[in-house]
Amino acid sequence: MKIMTCPLNGPRNISEFVYGGQVKAMPDHQNVSDTDWAHHVFYEKNDVGIVLEWWMHSPSSFWFIAERHNATDEIIRTYPADQLFKQRVDFVANEGES
Amino acid sequence: MPFGLLKYGISNDYPFEKEADLPLPTELKRQYDVVIIGGGGHGVATAYYLAKYHGITNVAVLEKGYLGGGNTARNTAVIRSNYLTPEGVKFYSESVKLYENLSNEFDFNIMYSQRGQLTLAHTDATVRAFRQRAEVNKHFGGRSELIDPRNVAELVPTLNLNPANLPVLAGLWHKDGATARHDAVAWGYASGATQRGVELHQVTEVTDVLVSNGRVTGVKTTRGDVNAGVVIQAVAGHSALMAQKAGFPLPLVAYPLQAMVTLPVKPFLTPLVSSSALHCYVQQTSRGEIVIGGGSDPYPLYNSRASLPLKESLISSAVEMFPFLSEMRLLRQWAGITDMTSDYSPIMGLSPVENYYIDAGWGTWGFKATPICGKTMAELVASGGKVPELIQPFELARFDRFKQVNEMGATAASH
Repeated sequence: MKIMTCPLNGPRNISEFVYGGQVKAMPDHQNVSDTDWAHHVFYEKNDVGIVLEWWMHSPSSFWFIAERHNATDEIIRTYPADQLFKQRVDFVANEGES
Repeated sequence: MPFGLLKYGISNDYPFEKEADLPLPTELKRQYDVVIIGGGGHGVATAYYLAKYHGITNVAVLEKGYLGGGNTARNTAVIRSNYLTPEGVKFYSESVKLYENLSNEFDFNIMYSQRGQLTLAHTDATVRAFRQRAEVNKHFGGRSELIDPRNVAELVPTLNLNPANLPVLAGLWHKDGATARHDAVAWGYASGATQRGVELHQVTEVTDVLVSNGRVTGVKTTRGDVNAGVVIQAVAGHSALMAQKAGFPLPLVAYPLQAMVTLPVKPFLTPLVSSSALHCYVQQTSRGEIVIGGGSDPYPLYNSRASLPLKESLISSAVEMFPFLSEMRLLRQWAGITDMTSDYSPIMGLSPVENYYIDAGWGTWGFKATPICGKTMAELVASGGKVPELIQPFELARFDRFKQVNEMGATAASH
């Protein structure tokens, strides 16, 4: 059975985890063009190699970051998301727009 | 014909020269009008329609392994058109029609067998979705109807109507559903294409795509550079990697898809049976083997390894549907890499690079589209880049304009 280490709960069976997509830098949502936003939403890095991904330990709903090789399936390391994301993003709709 | 066979039986000469389906490999030329990357079903079908219907024969199909050795050999050979979106239903219906006549077209038996496909609904929401799919399908000339559990039991007497405590509430019965021998489809297209002058080069890997001033000029291969007027990529699971060589990204994620097959037994199962809640489908091949397939792996991977948890879940679902399968012995298991789009529809047509056409995003629905893909991609090339109406909704640019074709009738889609 494949084991993944949850930063909160320790080593667990991979079936306890849910994949949440690649970690991508979000463009400035106030000023970005529609095309660039679409690109952010729909495109992921497609190289073969180590990728940075969101994962969740579903029994505890704990989201974290994993570095994984997308061809060998080797999990290099896992760590809490606050190591990468230190600032809160507030979504505020522009005035006058619906 | 039997007398012809008898003649070979008593003759000392092996009839290889006369009977060879594919011409022996030739020297790779430096220049072709059209280069097709990928010698799977889609690639050779495109070459076939180009040669037969458009008279374009200076074509090379470059295959890094062997003919039909990738996902063409790994799919579970389901042919159906009972999708949800009008765009999808129109497209796959054309494919079903081409399949029906394909053995005649080739004068070669692809073992096409129209047994009907049955999808089981276990929740009220799925019943509603199936009713919609049946109506959309009927509207575009397909044969689909919603049937009740009693009819389901009549069609498949061996089916457990309460698998995993999920009672079967209804079935989507698609009479056009069929299966065929997937290798034969690739061989038929390849021999038809090569007889008309197309060159199939196996063990010839494309290592780079040559682009100058936004226009494709050729490809680099392990056997030297080749110039080409038009290049088409049809490389299934490696589509995004190939497109990167041409200099643009594709909105694809590669997931492994696993399947398995048992030892052959006497025929007991005519339709192709699939359960929407168990994410499992079961069918019996013409040779008697039971093919078991399901959804993709839960996370992306560029690797066709088989994993125990998915095998376990597939087998347990299949045994729930047909309990006596627990007595069967597994013959083979395998996986393929599927290039999934976020809307479960393919990406076909033009790319940001001029004269470089894409046939990608075939996820778990590529085999059934092989003939129509070949036909429309050939039309696209022959018309000099005019995208046929049938594949316009599947353009790459739809992702930039939020115009996705949300195909929830796809196998991997959760209903």
